[in-house]
Amino acid sequence: MNKFESPDYYLVDNLLTDDEKMIRSAIREWVDEKVMPIIEDAYQKAEYPHQLRGQMGELGCFGANLPEKYGCAGVSNVAYGLMMQELERGDSGIRSSASVQGALVMYPIFTFGTEEQRQNWLPRLASGEAVGCFGLTEPDFGSNPGGMLTTAVKDGDSYVLNGAKMWITNGTISDVAVVWARLDGRVRGFLVEKGTPGFSAPEMHNKHSLRASITSELILQDVRIPEKNILPESGGLNSPLSCLTQARYGIAWGVIGAAMACYHEALNYAQTRIQFDKPIASFQLVQQKLVYMITEITKMQLLCLQLGRLKDSGEMNSNQVSMAKRNNVAQALEIARMARDILGANGITAEYQSMRHMCNLETVKTYEGTHDIHTLIIGNDITGIPAFK
Amino acid sequence: MNIAVCIKQTPDTTTRVKVGPGGTGIDEAGINYIINPYDEFAIEEALQLTEKNGGEVTLLSMGPASIEKTIREGLAMGAHKAIRLNVDKTPDDPTVTAKALAETLKNGQYDLIFFGKQAVDDDHGQMASLVGELLDLPTVTVVLELHVDGGSATAKREVEGGLETIRFSLPAVVSAQRNLNEPRYRSLKGIMQAKKKTIEVVEPALAEAHLVVEKLTPPPAKGEGKIFRNGAQDAAEVVRLLREEAKVI
Repeated sequence: MNKFESPDYYLVDNLLTDDEKMIRSAIREWVDEKVMPIIEDAYQKAEYPHQLRGQMGELGCFGANLPEKYGCAGVSNVAYGLMMQELERGDSGIRSSASVQGALVMYPIFTFGTEEQRQNWLPRLASGEAVGCFGLTEPDFGSNPGGMLTTAVKDGDSYVLNGAKMWITNGTISDVAVVWARLDGRVRGFLVEKGTPGFSAPEMHNKHSLRASITSELILQDVRIPEKNILPESGGLNSPLSCLTQARYGIAWGVIGAAMACYHEALNYAQTRIQFDKPIASFQLVQQKLVYMITEITKMQLLCLQLGRLKDSGEMNSNQVSMAKRNNVAQALEIARMARDILGANGITAEYQSMRHMCNLETVKTYEGTHDIHTLIIGNDITGIPAFK
Repeated sequence: MNIAVCIKQTPDTTTRVKVGPGGTGIDEAGINYIINPYDEFAIEEALQLTEKNGGEVTLLSMGPASIEKTIREGLAMGAHKAIRLNVDKTPDDPTVTAKALAETLKNGQYDLIFFGKQAVDDDHGQMASLVGELLDLPTVTVVLELHVDGGSATAKREVEGGLETIRFSLPAVVSAQRNLNEPRYRSLKGIMQAKKKTIEVVEPALAEAHLVVEKLTPPPAKGEGKIFRNGAQDAAEVVRLLREEAKVI
């Protein structure tokens, strides 16, 4: 395998600052040296590589765009996106662990939490010493989270939570779960700590996708948590949805990395694999696929860069994030499938990474708002008519 | 401890270097520059020493303003500040660089001055020894292991077929070999902090150069290989050619 160099057909690098490029190369170097040698094995064995978590904390991958005073790196949103791109070039599961910790656990604690909650959790989550998870989706409420059944009831100086959450990344190993539940009919966020009686997080097994990542259920049976564990500023479905906007932003960037890895692999293979006495890259059908891949990657890069600049200037809205998530994941998946195709029979083996990315991207297409839901979000935005109500 | 680390910007080791117009330098177009890899071991050693004993790490590098990007990479690893010796172009003659560095280093009262054992671009491997001589300091090169204890230190260094352990007094000059340590990754926090660190610019007086690069030539193109298709029957012929033509056995 050649050393990874990201394709840059439109010299998008010219639009990046020196420190954005330095952050990208720092994460790229780490992924080359610490992720690539172990990830295929972890994926095959369906094991989350725990040893990477502390290293990711040291690098500053968790909540990287949150302020330094809470132990975070305080990088720009473009730099944050480039970090996600490099992590997902390794594996969508590794990027997911950073997305969940930063966008779905640290962000709500930072945004809706008290200063005490921030001081208590953010530095530990930033360093990777503590792990967090985000409980919104339920077995019967995926695309329609507003229908959630999980409830919280005030009882003296505690809240009592009941319900079940599903498809929760890192649930089983989490020290704290950000659980969304109805309190007097209104969706609120609660911090449920590991070991609280009535709270369990069994791991879900037998996945064909995101195998190097832990997926869990959260079961809450009369879970009594102290009054101070509510996120006081949270209120209504918009609170968890604003977390999803943060996570989707990272996903839109992340999948560029997966697509680049597949393109890089397919291009190298096509240039060296000989059939009919010449490299398969000399055939028009193969060239057509490679051209499709590099063109879509270039569009993905430009879409994300402008989205990041808008986020940094405070002009970004969630519909724009939906567009980037929807487009980039679908294109990354298409690119991964094409790469797998170019690799022929070799492409189904663990010697090559495209099929791993392809399988992972099926999850990424589905989580954090499915492709179809993002279509309807944008459809609602441009027509003013919600198709999902 | 007050430690200086002298670093050099070099092309990324994966770069395919082309000879530039004029034939005495390289074509700089499209080259990705990095900290000379041996210098990263030097920086890491200095950082570990100051983390243990307190003090500061100062990076020194000679070159035009464009090398500040690479200096920031070193600051992102954790070095506290940096000095850039401003010149339009890094001198070809190592002595010129050494004299300028020595003059600047004199003002710093450093307990230790680190170098990488050589720069991977010109491969002279002279800088630590030259600066040590100019400053009249004990100089230990190609160091694999270093222990500092108050005013003295011991170092293990590679010699032909073994290791040599040397004891020496501080201040001193040390050049780092690969595997002296494992250089840390630049963290996001480190990169953000590096933006706020100071790079002081000094204008060095340059000595007269006595060495000039006259010509740079790429290595000769590899000839075509020979393929022997008859298995064991060809062994005698292969041995003859290895001995008489390739002259390797």
